[in-house]
Amino acid sequence: MLDNSLSYVTDDGRTIGGVVMEMKNITLRFGGVVAIQGISFDIREGEIRAIIGPNGAGKSSMLNVISGFYVPQEGEVLFHGKKRPPMRPYEVARQGIARTFQNIALFEGMSVLDNVMTGRLNHMKTGLFSQALWKGKAEKEETENREFVERIIDFLEIQHIRKTPVSRLPYGLKKRVELARALAAEPKLLLLDEPMAGMNVEEKEDMSRFILDVNDEFGTTIALIEHDMGVVMDLSDRVVVMDYGKKIGDGTPDEVRNNQAVIDAYLGVSHD
Amino acid sequence: MPEQLIFAMEVTLNGLMAGVLYALVALGFVLIYKASGIFNYAQGVMALFAAMTLVGIMQGQVPFAHLINAVFGGHITHFGWNVPGVVAIGLTVAVMVLLAWLVQVLVMKHLVGQEPIILFMATIGLAYFLEGVADLMWGSEIKTLDVGLPQGINLWIDETTYNIFGYGFFIDNLDIVATVIAALLVAGLVCFAQYTKQGRAMRAVADDHQAALSVGISLNFIWVLVWSVAGFVALVAGIVWGTKSGVQFSLSLIALKALPVLMLGGFTSIPGAIVGGLIIGVGEKLFEFAIGPLVGGATENWFAYVLALIFLVFRPQGLFGEKIIERV
Repeated sequence: MLDNSLSYVTDDGRTIGGVVMEMKNITLRFGGVVAIQGISFDIREGEIRAIIGPNGAGKSSMLNVISGFYVPQEGEVLFHGKKRPPMRPYEVARQGIARTFQNIALFEGMSVLDNVMTGRLNHMKTGLFSQALWKGKAEKEETENREFVERIIDFLEIQHIRKTPVSRLPYGLKKRVELARALAAEPKLLLLDEPMAGMNVEEKEDMSRFILDVNDEFGTTIALIEHDMGVVMDLSDRVVVMDYGKKIGDGTPDEVRNNQAVIDAYLGVSHD
Repeated sequence: MPEQLIFAMEVTLNGLMAGVLYALVALGFVLIYKASGIFNYAQGVMALFAAMTLVGIMQGQVPFAHLINAVFGGHITHFGWNVPGVVAIGLTVAVMVLLAWLVQVLVMKHLVGQEPIILFMATIGLAYFLEGVADLMWGSEIKTLDVGLPQGINLWIDETTYNIFGYGFFIDNLDIVATVIAALLVAGLVCFAQYTKQGRAMRAVADDHQAALSVGISLNFIWVLVWSVAGFVALVAGIVWGTKSGVQFSLSLIALKALPVLMLGGFTSIPGAIVGGLIIGVGEKLFEFAIGPLVGGATENWFAYVLALIFLVFRPQGLFGEKIIERV
């Protein structure tokens, strides 16, 4: 259950609730390499939570731990206050955690619409035979799912490419389709792995707007990883800063910006 | 109409029918290759295994009878009942699903992420293992399979063509039934892939594993499903071929005929498997008819492979396969 004692209202009128996800002392190793070293932080309902840090800081590894692609050697992951046993990625997805990928993982051979529809797979309950015959309940369900998907497609302004095979789309649009697919799952927690990587200024502005709108409109809790400090500071409610697998800062954008360890990590300082 | 042309028409029709049978086998390959990137060498043996199981169940044979008799002494061979065809087909489908599950859990699950050549070797192993199990389970003698499919010359076509051309075409009823079955099978597979949740998930897995996981699809489940569907296709091919030429070891060799079909049609395309099958079927019959007498006949044995070889040189991805483009 969510502990709502922490909830507050932001300056722009959004309500931030209790802790949805808590990471406790997470340590992840690959052989001798320690990717994440005893990191703890939490994500609250309705907030935009950013994880930032220089290259190789372990941000993506962290996201992969949350989404079940990596299993940490130590530490606990608590989802809605309950300890989560080691899970496979598809089980995590079924719990309501959707994600996008740094290098875009879309179904290239399918149309945009079909891609977004796959996001609804876990909301389809009717049996194989009724679906094959497309009768009654299955038909109603298919229609409902289609309506929901169309809403998201409208929302992200990709109506004009609904029927286009994804492989033909430019990079920026692919990123948007991936976001649409993740949203189609109506996630309780949305993970974005460098949503703005490789984009030009205009595309970045578009993406920032969509992320804010999604959070505002659907109340979706979002955790994102980003390189671009400026973008992150504008978007997020709270920021975790990582460097060399360790947490070096955690707080509001302002707090983080004035944190000496963070400044050192980003600007570089001699380690002696 | 000149006599030669009429013969050529009959040969073409027969070629189309034979092509459908090739396509049936090729379909099984395409399904698994598309969904998991595995070239399943065992597809032909799966057809043999399915056909043997079907015959065994229908005749009420005791599975592993030889083994049981050798260990415990005794002479049991049959339960002493006969199972009607439809029920036996249902039971065989269940056996093929069980087989699919075993293949996934015992073999393929442990090879996820390995090189394609390693997966291919695993299916070669599977082919020989399955062949042995089939012999052990049901005995190696040649069996006849009769699930009630009509056989023999189609008199209606014979009569009609005789009235038109003055020459009656010889078309086997079994070939006509096989064509209908293949059409239904393909229509069913397309509906399954396009309109069901599981079909959508199957296409998703075929496209991108990571993305499939991220939308909550269990790869294991989908692969069992794919192997089950391939097992079902193998059963259909086994029934048709088994009815045509008896259930025996050579049934597993029809897989070899599917190879040129796949090279022609492309390994990733269901329509490709069908068109490829038809081209090879018609091609080899017409070639034998037109060129065969000039070179001493028996061209059907090699025509398909030579055609495939030519395709490999000029269009390696096949007619309908995805073009492989490497971005630099």
